[in-house]
Amino acid sequence: MTAYIMRYTLIERVVHWASAIAYMYAMATGAAFYSPHLYWIAMLLGGAPTSRFWHPWVALVFTAAIVWMLRAWRNDMRITAADRQWSQAMEHYIKNEDEDLPPIDRFNIGQKYFFWVMLGAGLVLLVSGAVLWFPELIPWSWRGLRYAAILLHVAAALVTTGAFIIHVYMGTAVVRGGFTSIIRGEVSPAWAKTHHRLWYNRVTGR
Amino acid sequence: MSSGTLRVQKISGHAGPVPGEGTQRQEQVCKLIDTTTCIGCKACEVACMEWNDLPFRETVFQNTYQTMPETAWNYWNLIKFNEHPQADGGMMWLMRKDQCMHCADPGCLAACPADNAIVQYQNGIVDFQQEYCIGCQYCVTGCPFNIPKFNPNTKKMFKCTLCTDRVSQGLEPACIKACPTGCLHFGTKDDMKELAETRALQLRQHTAHTKAGVYDPAGVGGTGVIYVLHDITNPEAYGGLPSNPRVPWAVRLWKRPLKWLGNLAVIGGLIGVTMHYLRYGPKRVKDGGE
Repeated sequence: MTAYIMRYTLIERVVHWASAIAYMYAMATGAAFYSPHLYWIAMLLGGAPTSRFWHPWVALVFTAAIVWMLRAWRNDMRITAADRQWSQAMEHYIKNEDEDLPPIDRFNIGQKYFFWVMLGAGLVLLVSGAVLWFPELIPWSWRGLRYAAILLHVAAALVTTGAFIIHVYMGTAVVRGGFTSIIRGEVSPAWAKTHHRLWYNRVTGR
Repeated sequence: MSSGTLRVQKISGHAGPVPGEGTQRQEQVCKLIDTTTCIGCKACEVACMEWNDLPFRETVFQNTYQTMPETAWNYWNLIKFNEHPQADGGMMWLMRKDQCMHCADPGCLAACPADNAIVQYQNGIVDFQQEYCIGCQYCVTGCPFNIPKFNPNTKKMFKCTLCTDRVSQGLEPACIKACPTGCLHFGTKDDMKELAETRALQLRQHTAHTKAGVYDPAGVGGTGVIYVLHDITNPEAYGGLPSNPRVPWAVRLWKRPLKWLGNLAVIGGLIGVTMHYLRYGPKRVKDGGE
């Protein structure tokens, strides 16, 4: 039979799931504080004061994971000429006409955008979150910072939520095999050739 | 600091109906503080500590008679001192009792995400219910008067309750009870407003304080604590009393349009991916021979 190809190393998978679990916890508790209609989520997660206590600490785990990803995937996430060509033909990707798409490397431009959006929004969430964590350290005359922080925090959180929905949908429902690859790390050669031809050529030397 | 005898007309972070909403029959209660007859004796500070059984805390000396820079989680009532220079080269000593203003439109309650942590009773008192408080401190951001304070040990917010427990039993708040000059009054909002206006008129007509007036800011719907000031045109001189306090526009923007925009975007996104799956489904891998 066909030899499977290693797509994600063990440490990549561990960090991915650390960031995923941390993000989902922060998103769920954040959603509870975002809307009274979602406050029950905080009840399920051990009560609202508990949720409020852990939200920023877990968010720091997410931050650490995404910083590791930046270090590890910096080169893979660089947007190339091949990506730009691919994105011109994005319509085919959406319509599942993948045979009309130019070949790409390890990640497609959607995955790359997802990474950079999470990194950028994560930075905004970190800075505004620090203000929200310790609002009393902000002097009264600087209270404009607090006003900016509540708006930026919720706006950035909504951006990540949108990105998260698309990421999970693509990775599980649309690109079959993607979910398995981030758990077990392996993909079939046919999968690699279909979705990431340049990467397939690079790692197999074919 | 709740009291079961008072009906509630507003609840923070609450989905669904509010028991006392639109059934208003009670009079609004109000504290009147006449800064022109305050002598800064701090009896109200002590009475507040005593009645509410607050632990003593260190005070801070800042070359004035002020006990500490601002109210604290266990210091809800603070006289603010200001040596205010006059046009004639003289100096006027402004003293203002600072505490929760019990806004008709409370910014703390608007900002609070915790169901039931902040309530407004039918008599207008805004009260924190610490058992429901999650310690997020959003009320700090919502308040235009810098009043709610965080206890880092219990992770709960505290502020003046307007002696809800006393008021619900027909007593006046402890600070009012302790005032030796009678500069503090307590009663219905209508009565206090009338008394305050009478006093301001008296000051304008019979003293040099021709700009005397009543502080009852409309930006927060009026307050349950009103001041008579020597100079209504300059409330900032009284230890930073804001001239036009409002619920911060950022809180309003976040709780109203931004929230609805966000809800639409998230629900739209979920519908979008569902529709995409129904229309196009999963991608197929071309099973090319090895």
